[in-house]
Amino acid sequence: MDIATFFQQVANALSLGSLYALIAIGYTMVYGILRLINFAHGDVFMLGAYFAFYAVTALAMPWGIAFIVAIGLTGLFGIGLERVAYRPLRDSPKISIMISAIGASFLIENVGIVLFGGRPKSFPSIPLFDTVIHLGSVSVLSVSLFIPVVTAAILAALLWMVNGTKTGLAMRAVSTDLDAARLMAIDVNKTISMTFGIGSILAGIGGIMWTMKYPQLNPLMGFMPGLKCFIAAVIGGIGNIQGAVLGGFLLGFIEIMIVAFLPELTGYRDAFAFVLLIAVLLAKPSGLLGKNQTVKV
Amino acid sequence: MLRIEDLSVHYGGIHALQGVSFEVPEGKIVTLIGANGAGKSTTLNSIVGLVKPSSGTITLDGVPIGPLGTKDIVRKGVVLAPEGRRIFPNLTTEENLALGAFARNDKDGVEADKRKAYKLFPRLEERQKQKAGTLSGGEQQMLAVARALMSRPKLLMMDEPSLGLAPLIVKMIFDIIRTINAEGTTILLVEQNAKAALEIADYGYVLETGRITLSGPGKELLADDRVQRAYLGEGI
Repeated sequence: MDIATFFQQVANALSLGSLYALIAIGYTMVYGILRLINFAHGDVFMLGAYFAFYAVTALAMPWGIAFIVAIGLTGLFGIGLERVAYRPLRDSPKISIMISAIGASFLIENVGIVLFGGRPKSFPSIPLFDTVIHLGSVSVLSVSLFIPVVTAAILAALLWMVNGTKTGLAMRAVSTDLDAARLMAIDVNKTISMTFGIGSILAGIGGIMWTMKYPQLNPLMGFMPGLKCFIAAVIGGIGNIQGAVLGGFLLGFIEIMIVAFLPELTGYRDAFAFVLLIAVLLAKPSGLLGKNQTVKV
Repeated sequence: MLRIEDLSVHYGGIHALQGVSFEVPEGKIVTLIGANGAGKSTTLNSIVGLVKPSSGTITLDGVPIGPLGTKDIVRKGVVLAPEGRRIFPNLTTEENLALGAFARNDKDGVEADKRKAYKLFPRLEERQKQKAGTLSGGEQQMLAVARALMSRPKLLMMDEPSLGLAPLIVKMIFDIIRTINAEGTTILLVEQNAKAALEIADYGYVLETGRITLSGPGKELLADDRVQRAYLGEGI
C-alpha cells in the first residue's frame, strides 16, 4: 500500500470514527442518567436521515434549512420517545424499561418500512459534500473532511455544556443520585428530557452526515451502526462521554484499517467490533475509561 | 409554620406511619427522636415529597404542600439534608454547593452565601476543588449541611446529622445547628442521638413504630423517665 492510500484510509477512518462517536455519546448519556440502554437509539439515527431526505426532496427545502429542521425533529422525537416508552416505566424493574426499548426499536423500524417503503432511497447529491478534494496525491471526498470538523465542534460544545453550565450540572447530579437531585430542586423530568433531546440531536446529525457519506437510506440502516456504537460506548466505559468518543474512534479506525490492510477479511468487518468488545470486557470489564462503580439495580 | 396532621404512609403492606401529627413553629428547633424503623426518615421524606403519604395533610404557613412535587416544595424553602448525607461524590465540593443553590438566580447572593458557608466550615474551603467522595465522613456531613443552607431554607430538616461521626464532630455539627437557628432558620431535626438532640431542641416528639407516643419541651423530655429508659439508657 502506498502512502497516499494510507492517508486516504486515515481520512475514511476519521470520518467513520466521528460518526460512531456521535452516536455512541447518545447511548452513554442516556445510560449515565437512567442506567438504560436505549435500544431505539440506532433507529432515531435512521429517522434523522429520513427527515433530512424528505425535507430536501418532498418539501424541496434548501439543504441547510432541511438539515436544521431534520435535526430539530430528531431531537423532539427522542424527547417524545422517552415520554411515551420510558417515563411511565421509570419506577418499574429495569428489565421492563429495557424490553420497552427493544419494542420501541422494532416499532420504529417497522413503521419506517410502512411509511418510507422498504426499498432503499438515495439521497440527492449536494455538491459541497460530493466534491473530490486533492491534497497532494491524496484524494478524498469533501464530506470525509467535514465530518471530523463538525464532530469536533459538537464535542467541544457538548463538553462545555456538561461541565460548564447549570443544565450540565443538573445532568451530572441526576445521573449520580436521582432523589438527591430532586432535593436540590432540580426538575428531574426536564433534565432527563434534555438528555434524550441532546442524545437524539447528535444521532440526527450523525444520521445526516452518514447519508452524505453513504448516500443510501433504508429503514433498517440504524441497526448495525446502532449496535456498533453501543459497543463503542461500552468499550469506552458506558456513562462516560470521553469514553464513548474514544470507543467510537477506536472502532472506526480498526474497522477501516483492517479492511484496508487485510482486504481478504472484508467480509468480517462487522465482526471485529464484537471481537474487540469481548477482548476489552475480558481485560477491563468497566471499559477503557470507565470507573468501577456500584451498579444501581 | 409546618403542620403535620394525621399523616399515614404505607410501603406495600407495611404501615410505616400511623396517623402522625405534630407542629414545627417558626424560629424553633423541633426534634423527632425514636429508634430505628420508627418512621422518622419516612416522616421527613413525606414532608419533602419523596414519599407519597396514603393520607393526612402537610401544610406550610397554612398552605397544603402535599400535592406539590419535591422540586416545588424545596423552592418554597423546605429543605432536607438527607440521611446518609447523599452528597454527590463525583462532583467537587464547590459543585455540590452550587447544586444546593440550584433554584436561585441571584448570582451575587449565592456567591456571598458560599463565602458564608466556607466561613462556617473552613475545612470545606480547603477542599473546594476536591471531589466530594474523597472527603472524610465529618467533612461530608459539613458539606451536606452547607449544601442545604445554600438554598436559604426557611425550614431546614436534618436526618441523622450525627450518624457515624466522631464525638468532637458531632458537637461541632450541633453547635452549628444552634447557630443556624439563631440566625433565623427553623429546624426540624431527626436523631437517634436523643440526648444531643433534646438538649438543643425547643420541643421534642418521640416516635415509636409509626406513632407519636410522647411530646414536650426538649428539657422536659430529657428528664422524662420513659425517655431515659428507652433512649438514654437507664441510670444516667
